[in-house]
Amino acid sequence: MAARGRGDRVLAPVLVGLAALAAWEAVVRMEGIPPYILPGPILVARTVVADWGTLFPSLLVTLAITGAAFLVAAVLGLALAVVFTQSTFIERAFFPYAVILQVTPIVAIAPLIILWVKWIPLALLICAWLVAFFPVLSNTVLGLTSTDKNLVDLFRLYGATRWQAFRYLRLPSALPYFLGGLKISGGLALIGAVVAEFVAGTGGAQSGLAFRILEAGYTLQIPRMFAALLLISAAGVLIFALLTGISRLLLRRWHESELEPAD
Amino acid sequence: MTAAAPVVALQGVSRLYASGTLALDRLSLRVEPGEFLTLLGPSGCGKTTLLRLIAGLAEPSGGHIEWSPDGGARQLGFVFQEPTLMPWARVEDNIRLPLMLAAVSPAESAGRVGEAIAHVGLEGFERAYPRELSGGMKMRVSIARALVTKPQVLLMDEPFAALDEITRFKLENDLSSLAHRRRLTVLFVTHSVFESVYLGSRVVVLSPRPGRVAADIRVEAPAPRGEAFRTSSAYIEACRQVSALLARAMEAR
Repeated sequence: MAARGRGDRVLAPVLVGLAALAAWEAVVRMEGIPPYILPGPILVARTVVADWGTLFPSLLVTLAITGAAFLVAAVLGLALAVVFTQSTFIERAFFPYAVILQVTPIVAIAPLIILWVKWIPLALLICAWLVAFFPVLSNTVLGLTSTDKNLVDLFRLYGATRWQAFRYLRLPSALPYFLGGLKISGGLALIGAVVAEFVAGTGGAQSGLAFRILEAGYTLQIPRMFAALLLISAAGVLIFALLTGISRLLLRRWHESELEPAD
Repeated sequence: MTAAAPVVALQGVSRLYASGTLALDRLSLRVEPGEFLTLLGPSGCGKTTLLRLIAGLAEPSGGHIEWSPDGGARQLGFVFQEPTLMPWARVEDNIRLPLMLAAVSPAESAGRVGEAIAHVGLEGFERAYPRELSGGMKMRVSIARALVTKPQVLLMDEPFAALDEITRFKLENDLSSLAHRRRLTVLFVTHSVFESVYLGSRVVVLSPRPGRVAADIRVEAPAPRGEAFRTSSAYIEACRQVSALLARAMEAR
């Protein structure tokens, strides 16, 4: 049962993916769709290989912004969550503004940020961070405030200091929520970075994948556009897989979400 | 009143919830050293509230609670209705918690944790995580954690209510002999007549909300109790008596 379940988990999506790609290739060939309208998957794959020299450095640029924004989001999100949960006043005073930052479309404020922050990589990082930090903040606040009430009583009973209750009770209780927030933030950081790159439209040595897409669009190199898109998606999947792995590693011994199903 | 000074004495203790509900109404109770006192009452009679007041987890709205000045009266262990374990910590770390919070040296903690584990029969499970244990074993961990500080008073809030009968009988027997061996003063809250009689050297029946003492009787059978007591006529007679007292308390509301 277990072996079959695991096999299905890999096999099922792979089969669906292969079927979709085959259908795409078939439609392109049978209908004779020109590559500048819709390139087939084989051509896209070939373009990835052929343009690797241009695309790979751009991928690294985008990933660097994403990674930096994600790290800042994780650290600041956690720190802000801790500050918010220390006092209801602070939480009430500041949380609405965190929400406002979250719901304002990044496309709308990215031009302003790029205008104000002269150094483009920093401007991109700020945009990506703005998109990514909220899930960490709100999830961690939820985690820090969902501590088992009886355990809180137990810590009080044994005279735990505020620091001890935080370090040994609230923080570990919040860990699954924090990791859940990170999983969402990882993908959002990438989206934020790409959107900001689109708005900034930077050229030259520091251009990320979004710029490659713009550039390919202007010059009607549609296969390259698809190739860049493919790399962005692959990077997103990789980030998600990485964070899921970290989460599993940290929680597998004790948290419901990561337990192997019982026989 | 020739008895020794009580471990803890409650005088006219009341507790009013913020919602305006009176949970306890001028309740007075003296807990004698070394006795196994079971508090029996229907759901919602304020039993848990009473235990929380004694533990200092809540303040009475009226009356006062006095601890005996000698023998570190505040040395108490608390066992909740649920095992209340930290899911991320191994059995031994869960049991060590009270010592860690009190900054007891690692060398001394190790010895005391080992002792507590032996007391509740959890040898071999030191490195397990709570999720790997059955309900009964989790409760044993919870009891070991309460014992690790070597308390004189053990407060227990319906600790066996969620367990199956076979496990419960076993844990009741073990608790009875443990309390006897360690000369513990136990306050044990339950809604089961049978459990209150089986464990208690004294049964205090509480009335429905607002809780007050409706009856207070001794169960004259030697401790520790065992399976022989469970089938004895003395036990059955005491159960009948306590049942009648509980029924009267329920009617009197």
